[in-house]
Amino acid sequence: MKQVFGRSPSLKDVQTHFCPGCHHGAIHRLVAEALDEFNIRDRTIGCASVGCSVFLYGYFNVDVVESPHGRAPAVATGVKRARPESIVFTYQGDGDLAAIGTSEIIHAANRGEHITVIFVNNTTYGMTGGQMAPTTMPGQKTSTSPYGRDTRNDGAPFKMAELLSNLDGVAFSARVAVNSPKNVLNAKKLIKTAFRYQVEGKGFSFIEALATCPTNWGMQPLDANERLTHEMIPYFPLGVYKNSENL
Amino acid sequence: MTLRQFVKGNEAVAMAAIEAGVRCYFGYPITPQSDIPEYLSRELHKTGATFIQAESEIGAINMVLGASAAGVRAMTSSSGPGISLKQEGISYMAGSELPGVIVDIMRQGPGLGGIDASQADYWQATRGGGHGGYRIIVLAPGSVQEMYDLTMLAFDLSDTYRIPAMVLGDSVLGQMKESITPNPRPVCDLPAKDWAVRGWKEGTAQNVVKSLKLGDGEMEKFHWEMHDRYNLLADKECLWEEYRTDDATLIVTAFGSTARISRTAVEMAREAGMKVGLMRPITLFPFPKKAYADLSTKCKLFLVIELSTGQMVDDVRLSVQRDADVEFYGRPPGAGSLPTPEELFERIRKVYR
Repeated sequence: MKQVFGRSPSLKDVQTHFCPGCHHGAIHRLVAEALDEFNIRDRTIGCASVGCSVFLYGYFNVDVVESPHGRAPAVATGVKRARPESIVFTYQGDGDLAAIGTSEIIHAANRGEHITVIFVNNTTYGMTGGQMAPTTMPGQKTSTSPYGRDTRNDGAPFKMAELLSNLDGVAFSARVAVNSPKNVLNAKKLIKTAFRYQVEGKGFSFIEALATCPTNWGMQPLDANERLTHEMIPYFPLGVYKNSENL
Repeated sequence: MTLRQFVKGNEAVAMAAIEAGVRCYFGYPITPQSDIPEYLSRELHKTGATFIQAESEIGAINMVLGASAAGVRAMTSSSGPGISLKQEGISYMAGSELPGVIVDIMRQGPGLGGIDASQADYWQATRGGGHGGYRIIVLAPGSVQEMYDLTMLAFDLSDTYRIPAMVLGDSVLGQMKESITPNPRPVCDLPAKDWAVRGWKEGTAQNVVKSLKLGDGEMEKFHWEMHDRYNLLADKECLWEEYRTDDATLIVTAFGSTARISRTAVEMAREAGMKVGLMRPITLFPFPKKAYADLSTKCKLFLVIELSTGQMVDDVRLSVQRDADVEFYGRPPGAGSLPTPEELFERIRKVYR
């Protein structure tokens, strides 16, 4: 019998620690498929961040450097400059990239480092237990915004894909979601594009992937998916915000 | 023959880094060390190596972490406020057993402090500096020649022991000019960096550089292994310089620029007929404890001189025999706080017996 579907060779045959209904697994899979399809796994170096994404090395069949909280774009800069022939990606959550690591991401992007950044936005701090993130939506209740995020006190959520697209150093910036088969297929296409930019030496590429966090949102997986569809996507519109090939 | 050159201490550091084969330098401007990034921004690309002026000290040390994880020689430099910012990354490097060289041209503090010489970052340097309980190698040059030589040694020791290494100078050493011999890089056997991330080829093991250790007993094992490695460093790598200590009844002890002023004061004391010597530790971690213990079997009086209210004096007291007396003279950092040889000679006269 001909096998038509299987585990991506860039992923290990292990169970993940991610909660039921969490989108990290699907996003991991799409990143792995991009590595497979460009046949770059054996020259890829992953830069893990702090949060649920820290266990990257446990799931990907690639060499991995673990970075301090928020610093993955700086660490990736060091790796890429030391080994320019490598394919280097970071995989970061919203607290990591858009709060403590804003300086590192903006400057790595502005330098046009030849790296790919996968930014998972689930509007909360997952691993530490659901605190308010820089991407927490107005009115969203979290363990540190128990009355809902008040933009007069906390500011408005960061829209990182849009923000970074304004920098000249950024070659590609897009926001994707994996909440439906259609969006998964589109996410796969854009994640592949992001890695292709690096393979072709076109510069810095950025993918913001919207994701659920059913555990910390206090929702069933299907309800969490509905929230992403009906609340997050309208606020964080999907699409390509910068594509230097079209400029 | 290597021609002698008349250079600033900071330039000597940069020259040594290039000779040592540094592949990546990441820095951020701060007085009194900015000559280092300035020199390297001009010269490093000629060797095919990378220079980046980072967005911050935090960015710079994390770039060092990444480049070092990728297996190349990497370096950063800064001074007080910037070194404080780097402590996060230094702790992660220590936890990940990553080599790397950090140059600290000490200025005054706390806070913004000032740009004149200070030795008040001795504790920060020799006690690790960041969180979690670790040590880094700390080398204290006393001349521009040593700024050169010890920078090169820092790379070798750091690669050998997989511990970050710091060259601890100060604004006097960084800014003054002296004639040096820029010696070629010494030949030494270094372990292969088979732990570095390179891309995971078939048939090889996955390399992961990390400080997260969640396995049962994994963290405790790491700490005991590092403890053993620090002891090995102390056994094999301590460096110090003695001057006229053989018959001394008083040994003055100081490091870095203070040791130079102290040496002149010791010479003045000798001319006045006093049996005074000088002990200058060159490695501050590992601290040459045994050398102090040995000296104190004969000489029972030590005078520690520092540009602070007393930090290294703790280590001297912990190192000498119990029946030895340790006196202290400090000039806390600040403009106009550099002692003159005459002032130190007066202090020697006061405690001499």
